[in-house]
Amino acid sequence: MNYETVIGLEVHVELKTKSKIFSPSPNQFGSEPNTNTSVIDLGYPGVLPVVNKEVVNYGMRAALALNMHINKQTKFDRKNYFYPDNPKAYQISQFDKPIGEHGWIEIEVGEEKKRIGITRIHMEEDAGKLFHGKNSSLIDFNRQGTPLLEIVSEPDMRTPEEAYAYLEKLKAIIQYTGVSDVRMEEGSLRCDANISIRPYGQKEFGVKTELKNLNSFSFVRKGLEYEEQRQAAVLNAGGEIKQETRRFDEKTGKTILMRVKEGTDDYRYFPEPDLVDIVIDDEWLEREKALIPELPDARKERYVSEFGLPAYDAHVLTLSKETADFFEATVATGADAKLSSNWLMGEVSAYLNAEQKELSETALTPEGLGGMIKLISAGTISSKIAKKVFKELVTNGGNAEKIVKEKGLVQISDEGALLKMVTEVLDNNAQSIEDFKNGKDRAIGYLVGQIMKASRGQANPQLVNKLLLQEIQKR
Amino acid sequence: MEKLSKEQVKHVANLARLAITEEEAEKFTAQLGAITDFAEQLNELDTTNVEPTTHVLPLVNVLREDVAVKGLDREVMMKNVKDQQDGLVKVPPIITE
Repeated sequence: MNYETVIGLEVHVELKTKSKIFSPSPNQFGSEPNTNTSVIDLGYPGVLPVVNKEVVNYGMRAALALNMHINKQTKFDRKNYFYPDNPKAYQISQFDKPIGEHGWIEIEVGEEKKRIGITRIHMEEDAGKLFHGKNSSLIDFNRQGTPLLEIVSEPDMRTPEEAYAYLEKLKAIIQYTGVSDVRMEEGSLRCDANISIRPYGQKEFGVKTELKNLNSFSFVRKGLEYEEQRQAAVLNAGGEIKQETRRFDEKTGKTILMRVKEGTDDYRYFPEPDLVDIVIDDEWLEREKALIPELPDARKERYVSEFGLPAYDAHVLTLSKETADFFEATVATGADAKLSSNWLMGEVSAYLNAEQKELSETALTPEGLGGMIKLISAGTISSKIAKKVFKELVTNGGNAEKIVKEKGLVQISDEGALLKMVTEVLDNNAQSIEDFKNGKDRAIGYLVGQIMKASRGQANPQLVNKLLLQEIQKR
Repeated sequence: MEKLSKEQVKHVANLARLAITEEEAEKFTAQLGAITDFAEQLNELDTTNVEPTTHVLPLVNVLREDVAVKGLDREVMMKNVKDQQDGLVKVPPIITE
């Protein structure tokens, strides 16, 4: 039987405030364990939490960027559970009056655009970090009280590909608002996925399973792909899907049963007695609205209309604000937009992937890259030479023109000098000339290669081609 | 509302991580039942069109500025910790596979 997949995602993002959500201890990633705590985080008797105003600001900003309705009267609630990562035995979260509700974002898979609904976004505190051992568990409470936004989607996604596109877009939007680093590898963006399948045409949802341990966007996609097939196999064999939590195993690409859920969890939510309501007036709302920058979709459109970039380039460049800002600054130096895009998506991106670095961690500046691209456009250097210049720019920074001069990398466009090289190579490669005359076009490529080599890559390729054909005819 | 059942008392005890005996469950069902019955009287009031009250204090927007203060000294923090290892709090194993 053919099944339709139904996917909903729950995403947590850590906010990059200076202090925690209910206490003034530092909100910092990578500190020595248990050095960023306070008596409030640790749940000492008699302490009182006080809400960090910036968390409400950030929550509002994210909600507005996700096209959400803001609840002007919002409150915190107490969610009761026992687990060693939270010394209070409850988490302060939001239940029935979250900061934002009923939002959406638009995703694009292939040529198709689709709107994915966002049910709610709420503010809450993170718990400590656990390290599980065989004979004991160890806890670092630094993360306890870190402000979080939980963003819950509608079950609107129908393929793992759509889930991937949703995450990519959500991450980009949140990153643009500046409220979070959204770095999955540092845990500042985390994702759980709910997935069920149903026969095509059936209205009711099937029984869903929850996937955990999805530590990258591609693991989310892989885990969902595995799970839709597993569920179909169970149903086709006449079995039943149980409501359970499953862990994605990175090594095997499979999902493994963690626990079966019996009934719903009983968290006994009630209004947090230690915190009074938050009332948002129009002035506050407008202030936050004004702080939302141009978002990825708007930029994407502008890159197509203003710079004439292909939609694909515009999409890739706007996925991260850092890249988009860098692109615009590069173009602002007078560099060609399409060439700038090619370099950012090509060499620059390959370099960052290989070195596992962010743009800001390299020596490359928009002025450096722009300067280099202008030299290419002017024919001063070839693309091949540019790669050498780029290497210098990205590792040591500096000015492209200066690097070219200092290293003697200027493209050789002097016909006399080139002719000498062409003649020399032809003299030494009689066989290739023969081959070429016998119809082997490949021979020309070999000869061009020899000339480029002789010029240490500096020969103007167009001129070399022209001279080579001209000389070969004479022989 | 229905009378509080012994199963509910056991469920609540379990949620609170309280080990209670069968006799205690009996006893608490009667005692807790009397309390919930008493509270039940509130349901006699007509609250149509009345907004739920979350706080009786005439206060909203009690907020602090986002200013960080250095965390507790780890040594001080660890004074109330039973067992520790490498700067981490040590507890009995949580996941046993």
